[in-house]
Amino acid sequence: MSFIETVIANQFMQNALIGSALIGFANGFFSGFVNLRRNALSVSALSHTMLPGIAVAILITRELTQANAFIGAIFACLAVGLGSTVVSRNSRIHQDTALSIIYTTAFAIGIALLPHLPVATNLRDWLFGNIIHISVQDLNLVFTVSAVTLILSNLFMRPMLLTIFEPNVAAAQGVPVRSMQYLSFTLLICMLVASLQAVGTILSVGLLVIPAAIMLLYTDRTSAIFWGGAIIGGLSSVTGIFLAQLINIPAGPAIIILLGGIFLLSFLLSPRHGVLKK
Amino acid sequence: MKYRNISALQDISFNTSCGNRVALIGPNGAGKSTLLKAIAGLVPKTSGTIRWRGTQIKKWFSEFAYLPQREEIDWDFPITVRGLVEMGRYPQLGMWKRFRTKDAKAVDKALKTLELTELQNRQIKQLSGGQQQRAFIARAIAQEAHVLLLDEPFTGLDKPSSETLSNLLSQLALEGRLIIASHHDLATVEALFNQALLINKGSHGFGPPSELLNEKSIAATFNH
Repeated sequence: MSFIETVIANQFMQNALIGSALIGFANGFFSGFVNLRRNALSVSALSHTMLPGIAVAILITRELTQANAFIGAIFACLAVGLGSTVVSRNSRIHQDTALSIIYTTAFAIGIALLPHLPVATNLRDWLFGNIIHISVQDLNLVFTVSAVTLILSNLFMRPMLLTIFEPNVAAAQGVPVRSMQYLSFTLLICMLVASLQAVGTILSVGLLVIPAAIMLLYTDRTSAIFWGGAIIGGLSSVTGIFLAQLINIPAGPAIIILLGGIFLLSFLLSPRHGVLKK
Repeated sequence: MKYRNISALQDISFNTSCGNRVALIGPNGAGKSTLLKAIAGLVPKTSGTIRWRGTQIKKWFSEFAYLPQREEIDWDFPITVRGLVEMGRYPQLGMWKRFRTKDAKAVDKALKTLELTELQNRQIKQLSGGQQQRAFIARAIAQEAHVLLLDEPFTGLDKPSSETLSNLLSQLALEGRLIIASHHDLATVEALFNQALLINKGSHGFGPPSELLNEKSIAATFNH
């Protein structure tokens, strides 16, 4: 049996491949919004913030479910986002600085809480993911969250894009700009929580930024950036899992290293915007 | 009208109609952009009314197209000229409706009118200044807007591009559209516009440039 056949024959690996394809595809699609809004650094802050949010949710409810994780993550992200605004508005500290202070502190609290949680957890899995052990239950949740995010993103694509490009004009045309911003924030958290299992809190930023960034080096068509990002995200995630098995490294890092490598090659060689082709 | 609690404009009153090209003249910070944005519905006004077709303007937002100043636009945004012009159909389509053949035809027509058909697949940054202005005007045409609100449209254009834009605005006014543009170059007002509003926080006169612009009125506006 070939290497690929061996991997595919394994039930764990089948789940991991399906899960990572879904997560990669949905994250890759959504990375279009992250790139157009240029808020990759805020996404990085939010991804770290999920950890204490989920830890506190487990402490309160005494169990780890995806619903707990999601609600905890949302609360933590809101608290950190609002906290940074309050600090920057009421002091001479810039919002970026305030955000960095609060999210790293929150992240540290999360790490400190982990050994005291009433459920068995593994710090490495939280930080870097563990897609190989994804359960059928988690797979269902990943499927639901990915499907909902893709459907809502596409339904509201027009007002969301106009809100990013020209918020004033969008408002004048009757687009509920605030609601669109809330919607994209909620979908972003959904994507971060969904990608937790695959790549963990720290590496999730990679899946939510790199795919569309790669597409930006090839095309100026907005739809191509979103759907191309989705395909790159999905394919890289699946290929990353095979790569991880082949050279015996963890799957999460393998996926992100692969994406980083594709980005580097595109940055150098893209016929449209590559530095060596200019 | 107030902007961030600072009174930006007050006592502005003028009437105009379709077919005119109106220049808003005044020094920097006089409130020209604010007035344009108020007409476009982009900033809330604290008092007063702006009427169109006899009723409050808000109802008619799809008939107004606002063209922002160059620096307010994210030129790196990955959107092609065609994609930009397609945005002009959004007010008609709302959030949900699908793009129809009718919409594609309106976009094609706008691109053709503005001589942008060959450039339609270019990203907006890869155009010259004059072409960029035309792309945004094409969006207004695709929107079937009756009123074009332009913020300093002639700034940064070379002479040939200025002439093209000037001819284009005259043509659009002849077709029955109303053009309102902020403008800072006093020397060219008369050639480019047939009506002018002198403003500096408040109104300092409204009328044809040939009658309105004289040493006294200009001094009153600019040394306010």
